[in-house]
Parts: sequence; structure tokens; C-alpha cells
Amino acid sequence: MGAPAALQACPSSLDNRISIWSVGDLGNVGLNGEYQGEPQLLCDIRHNGDVMDMQFLDQERIVVASSTGNVTIFRHHQNNQTLSANQRWEKAHYHVDRDASCGGAACTGVICSNPEIVTVGEDGRINLFRADQKDAVRTIDNADSSTLHAVTFLRTTEILTVNSIGQLKIWDLRQQRNEPSQIFSLTGDRVPLHCVDRHPNQQHIVATGGQDGMLSIWDIRQGTMPVSLLNAHEAEMWEVHFHPSNPDHLFTCSEDGSLWHWDTSTSVSEKPSFLHQGGRSTTYFSHNTINQSVVSAWLSNDPTKDRMEITNLIPNQTLSVNSLDILGPCLVYGTDAEAIYVNRHLFA
Amino acid sequence: MFPCPVLFLYSRFIRNTMYLDLAEHLGLIFHLLLKKPDSSCVFVVRKDQDIYIQTLRKLFNESHGIFIGLQRSEEEFAGKSRKTQLVQVSKNYRSVIRACMEDMHQAAVSARDPALHSQYSTQVSILSAMELIWNLCEILFVEAAVAGPLLLRLLDWVRLHVCDVDNMVREVLSSENPSKHELFWNLGNTQTLTEMELKWQHWHEECQRYLQDGTFASNSHMESICKILLGDENAILEKKELMTTWYHFLVTRLLYSHPTVKPMELRFYAQSSMDLFLGGESSPEPLDTILMAAFEFELHQVIKECSIALSNWWFVAHLTDLLDHCKLLQSHNLYFGSNMREFLLLEYASGLFSHYSLWQLGVDYFDHCPEYGRVYLELHIERIPLNTEQKALKVLRICEQRQMHEQVRSICKIMAMKALRNNRLGSALSWSIRAKDAAFATLISDRFLKDYCEKGCFSDLDLIDNLGPSMLLSDRLTFLGKYREFHRLYGEKRFSEAAKLLLMLMTAHIAPCSFWMTLLTDALPLLEQKEVIFSAEQTYELMRCLEDLTAGKSDKQKFQDDDVETMKVEMLRLALARNLARVIVKEGTLEGS
Repeated sequence: MGAPAALQACPSSLDNRISIWSVGDLGNVGLNGEYQGEPQLLCDIRHNGDVMDMQFLDQERIVVASSTGNVTIFRHHQNNQTLSANQRWEKAHYHVDRDASCGGAACTGVICSNPEIVTVGEDGRINLFRADQKDAVRTIDNADSSTLHAVTFLRTTEILTVNSIGQLKIWDLRQQRNEPSQIFSLTGDRVPLHCVDRHPNQQHIVATGGQDGMLSIWDIRQGTMPVSLLNAHEAEMWEVHFHPSNPDHLFTCSEDGSLWHWDTSTSVSEKPSFLHQGGRSTTYFSHNTINQSVVSAWLSNDPTKDRMEITNLIPNQTLSVNSLDILGPCLVYGTDAEAIYVNRHLFA
Repeated sequence: MFPCPVLFLYSRFIRNTMYLDLAEHLGLIFHLLLKKPDSSCVFVVRKDQDIYIQTLRKLFNESHGIFIGLQRSEEEFAGKSRKTQLVQVSKNYRSVIRACMEDMHQAAVSARDPALHSQYSTQVSILSAMELIWNLCEILFVEAAVAGPLLLRLLDWVRLHVCDVDNMVREVLSSENPSKHELFWNLGNTQTLTEMELKWQHWHEECQRYLQDGTFASNSHMESICKILLGDENAILEKKELMTTWYHFLVTRLLYSHPTVKPMELRFYAQSSMDLFLGGESSPEPLDTILMAAFEFELHQVIKECSIALSNWWFVAHLTDLLDHCKLLQSHNLYFGSNMREFLLLEYASGLFSHYSLWQLGVDYFDHCPEYGRVYLELHIERIPLNTEQKALKVLRICEQRQMHEQVRSICKIMAMKALRNNRLGSALSWSIRAKDAAFATLISDRFLKDYCEKGCFSDLDLIDNLGPSMLLSDRLTFLGKYREFHRLYGEKRFSEAAKLLLMLMTAHIAPCSFWMTLLTDALPLLEQKEVIFSAEQTYELMRCLEDLTAGKSDKQKFQDDDVETMKVEMLRLALARNLARVIVKEGTLEGS
């Protein structure tokens, strides 16, 4: 049984569904070998409103952010392959009058760290939920005067948010005050930022994507401005992800229909000589040094020294690529042409 | 609103005649708003929409990709390679239809509700008819098969749709006299037409001899088979029940009597086949009329009949576009100016715009309608409901890419107003920046200033403190940013800088006149400081500002001013005078200025 691939957000509203697909293992050969690996729909369930964001909470549960302002946890029952709504926070995000019929505000981003769930929305509100707890643990009203587009964890008690006036903010959830602990902003025009991701190992490296398709790399230890700005897409960058186990690789997808693979693994310029020697102690040293060169690759602004390979993974681009996810050698992405693509040999 | 009133009427006529089907097939909700005699019928149609549209969406999405690929394909190839390219496109369209058919079939099989099952089954047969027609058009028009290959293609065509019957016949044939048929079945492209004709002629004569010799006299079955092989119409007609349709009959007939039939000769055989087969018992159905028009090479007739019968813009729009690329439709200008291809694409795309997510496909279709595409797009794009910011951003991107500035401004204004009503000042500002809407930025700044005057402090400091270059979008916004800066400087006890800024705001006319009083009142604490902050010159400036302000008021206004106002003015005058006195002394002494 293939591991469930990352899920796809459906853009429509009347018949939105959350679906779970199985992408077969390499060893699973189909009837005549042809259909090996073609995604099979296992189960699906109706969803109210557009799916704005979703994330696995654990092996069985998925948290989904809706355009109606609701946040729902769905449970995937693997024994009989069904989905059921497990818990719901109604109108977690809302504009002025919560009880009005259209009072809900779209929940734009969700991030999980079992059992905690953080959501952000168009109402500029940040919610901290706990799975199985009915009420929100904490709500920061009017955290932002503009729309919060995305959220991610910086550390276990700190989160990063990006908004539509080009600001990256750090929030410390341990503190009771409703102010960000730090605010970073873009230089020049305050172009809205749509996505954010943190380097899996180096916690001070953060990547954001903007409405102008620009990829910004930030070092949050120093300064309030990005370290590097990379001209990438021709339209909104919807998502940015560091590869979780191979963080020299970064992936971005955009409204312009392209999906770019940013590869800095080749830019490890000079390996120190002692790496070539054998022995256990050198292995220990080399591990550290490699980490350091990886760091410098993303933060370096010397283009002559460190080369980055950038590849567009989509040959015939038409409509927007809205969402992507990566795990191991597997890449999944979805487009506005209502299609899901799976690439299981990313580094082949 | 429409480019031409006649165009509008024509499209309404088409719609009126196909309410049910159009709504059914494309799931257009707006049709339900039009008056229908039988309202319960409408409800049933409404139910169909959801089901039908689910499986058809794949058709729309995939064919969109094929359509775009076709428009983008360069015409570098001429002649044969271009033709191969176009045939491949046609095959791609057909495979998408077949894939949908299979999905629909699966849905029919798994449907437990019998009404649902029959719905799905009907749709399967409609799709099957569509594929049948398209396939024939591909053979006759796109590939334009010549005599020889023509019959082979037609054989495949019939076989694909009536496969089991043909298999039976073949089995019977192949069990007897296999060698005799080898030559016949090996008709390939390698042989020239004349060679084929000669071989066939030879074979035909042999068969005839066998019949006349009475070789098969003992076996009536074999005899009738031989007659069939000889193309004896009556013999073939006897086996009518084996052939489900007149076009199956036609191809069978041609196979045995005229395998080297030329394209232009088809019409005669087709007409007579239909007459013979139907035998006056039943009248031709719409599908028959369409196929007949195809055999007669009446392209426009085919398209017209399909438009009426299928009532599915998808089919005619894509087929006509393909035929247009084959250069088969002369610029047959419909008398209201737009050509057939464009008209159909416009209709199809307009239908897509009523759908909450398929509208994105419609955009690309409008892009490829050179005459009216842009106008249609401009009208439709403003009417897409913007329920989330992400959707609005997608619409905006489309408008910006096509330099539709008016639409950009109007959409940004709508979003900014929505944000303002929800008290999301930062979002509102973000939309005004996108549209470079100075007027709206002024509106937002006024709102901030109003809040400040009412509450005595700024809301949303994270926004005002970080305006950056966007501050320059409007004077009022610049003032807001600078005014906030003044407060910050004051808070940091950088009084002389704060003083300079405050004065500059008035003298450089950055501050609106209505705010001058507030600014002067802000100057009071600076004037009352222990050390002198404002220089003599600055004090004179402030005094001048105050006098300008009070002089500007008419006598009536002065009379209406309440005590607080007059007291304020008095206090200011006093403070300014005192400051002036102190600063003159200070500047007059040796350490001064």
C-alpha cells in the first residue's frame, strides 16, 4: 500500500472534496505493468468552501483551512478507507460580525505540530488550537492590519507569518502580549508575501515568496531585510518548500504555471582537504563543514563563487500551479487545470 | 453591450432552443433563472448539472490543454507534416472523449439509483455519438483520406463503433478460403491505387466465377456470403439485423463492391445506403443527418446540425477550430462580422464563465478570438464573484497580463472597499498600492487620521511605521507617514528634529488644512518645554500658520466656534509669544544660535 501522497487543494466551491490518493510503491506492478504508480483514489469527502491550505497533523488526521473561515480536522480511517470530519472550529476566522451569514473570513494558512495547530486568515487573526480541545487555546485578534497569507513554525513556541504588505513577523506564543517580537520587511515596494518556509536544519534561514514572483532568503539573526532577492517567477509565488531531508534543494510554484527546483548542492565550492582522508574523526569534522557550506550557499550573495542550478520542472505550462509538496524522492503538485501530478523520481 | 444586436439575438435563439441540454451539459445556473414552462423539469435539470458536470470537467480541462497546444503550434511544417500534426491533435481530442465516456460508464455501473443510472447511460451514448461524428470528420476532413486508405479508415471507424458484429462476419469469412482473401486484406499504403484496383478486380471476378459455377449451391449460407462478397446489395440487406446502422451497411457495401471509392463519390453511396437501409420505415435521426452532411462534404451543414442537435458548444467549438486550422473554412463571414470559428469559441467560453472555477479556461479561449475576444473578456472578467483574496489575485493577474487597466482598477477598488468595510485598513492599502490608486490611498489615510483624532492614538502601527516607498502614492499617505514619524521622534525625545518635521508638514503643505489645528496643538508641548526648541524663525512661521488658519475662517465660523476652539487659539498665541520672547533673548545672547 503506497504511502498517502500530499493532498491537493480543489479550487471550486460547490463540490469541493478532500481526497486521499494512493501512489503505488515501486514494487507494485499493475495488471500489465502500464498502470504502475498511477494515483488511485482511495476515498473522499465533501468540504464546505474552498480548501485554502491543509496539513497532516499525524498519520491519520488532516487539518484543513476553509474559505468560509472554518478549520476542520478530518480523520482517515485506513481500515475501511473512509474519511470523516473529526473536529471543527466554526468561523475560526471572521470579519467584524461573526454571526452574520457571510461574516466568515477565509482561513489562509495552517501549520501543525501535534497536538498544536496554528491558523491565520484574511481577518489578520492568529489562532492557536489544540486537537481535541473545543476552544482556541489562544487568539490574537487584529494581529495584523492586512491579510496574513501564510504561517510556519520557527521554533516550538515561535511562529513566522507573512502578510500582504510585505512583512515577515516572528511571534512568541509564550508571551502574553499581542505584538510580534520582530518585524522584517522587504526593501523597496512592500510587495505582498504569499508563502514562507524555514530551513529544516538551519533555523535562522527563512525563505519567502512574493506577489511579484520574487524569492527572498532571510537570515533572521541579523538585520530586518532579506539577505538575497532572487528574481524567479513572472507572477505570484504560491508556495515555497525546502526539501525536508535534502535542504540544499528548494521548490517554488507559481501562478505563471511553472514549478522551479532550486539546487544549491553543486555550489559547495571548495571542500577542505582533510575531507579526503579516511578515519572516524574526519567524518565528524566533515559533517560540520558540509553544514557550513550549505548555510553559505543560501545566504551567500557572491554569485561568482556559488552557482545555483534552477530547473523548471513543467515542460508545457498553462495554468497556475497552486500547491506542491515533497517527501523523499517524491514530488506532488496540483494545477488550476484540475490535475494532480506526481513525480516519484525527483533526483534520478 | 454585445458587439452586434443580431449576434445577440442569434445566440439567444440557439440558447432558447436548447435550454435543457445546455444547462444539463454545462451546468449553467443562470439558465434556471429564465422562465421555463415546467418548473419541476428545471429542478431535475439542476440535479443533473452537478452529476454531469463532474465527469465533463475532465473533458473541458483536458481539451483546453489540447486547444492551447494547437493554437501555439507553429505553422513551420507545411504539407504532410502539418497534416500529421493536425491528425494527432484530432486523435487527442477523441481520446479525451473516450476517457470521459469510460468514466461516465463507470459511474453508470456503480450508480445505485436507477434514475441516476439512466442519466449516466444517456450521457455515455451522447459522448459516443460525439466521438463517432468527430472520427468521421477526422477521416474525411482533417486527414482527407484519399481513395484506397479511405475505405480502410472507414472500416476502422465502423469497427470501432460496431465492433462485435463485424467480428462475427470476419470469423465466418476467414474460416473459408483464407488464401483468396490474403491479397485483399493486405491492402497497404505501399500499393498504388491502380495496383489495388487490378488485384481487387481479379479477386472479384474469381468470386463471381465461383458463384456462377454453383460451387456454393449446396450451401445456402456460403452462397449468400459469396453474394455479399460480390457486393450484391440485396444479399447484404438480408443480413440487415447484423448491421445496426445504415453507415455500417454503407461501409460493408463499399468494401465488397467499391473498395477504391473516392471521397467525392461517397455522397451517392451514402444517400442510397441510407434509403435502402431505412427503407422508408423510419425517418433519419439527427445523428444520421449529421453523418450524411459529412459524407456530402458539407462542412457548414455538419457544424450547423451539430450545434442544433448536440446543443453542446464544446463539440462544435473545438471541431470548428480544428477544421479552421486545416484551412477548410473559408473566411465565411457570418453577416454580422464575426467568423464561424470565433462565434462558436465565444459562445463556448462565455458558458465557461458562469462556472465558479472553469472560467479560467474561458480566458484562454477568448485570447484566441482576435476580433471580439478581448471585449468579451473585459465584460466577463468583472463579473466573476471574488469570494477570496486568492481568487481576486488570479483575476487581477489575468487583467494585468492583458493590459486591462480599467478592470484592474475596478477590481482593486472593490476589494479595497470590502477590506475597508471590514476594518482591514492594511489590506485596503495593499489593494490601492496594487492599483496605484492615489484617491483610495487618500481615503484610507483619512480614515487613519480620523481614528487618531477620535482615539488619540494610532491603530495599526505596524502598517504606518512600515509604509516604505508606498508612502509616496498619495499626499495624504505621505502626511500620515510623516506625522507618525513626528510622534516617534517626540517619543524618543528628539525634540528639535520633531519640531522641524512638524513645521515642515505645514509649510510644505503636506498636511491638509483641516489638520493644521491638530498640528499646532501638537506643537504646544514643544513650546512649553523648559529649553527652547523652536528658533525665532520657526516661531514666526508657526505664528504665520496660526494667523493663516484663523484668518481663513469667516466671521460666521468664528461666531460658531465654541469656547474650546477660541481658548485653544488663545493658548497657542500666548505660547508662541512666550516662546518668541525666550528665543529672541536666547539668540540675542553670546551663546545664542
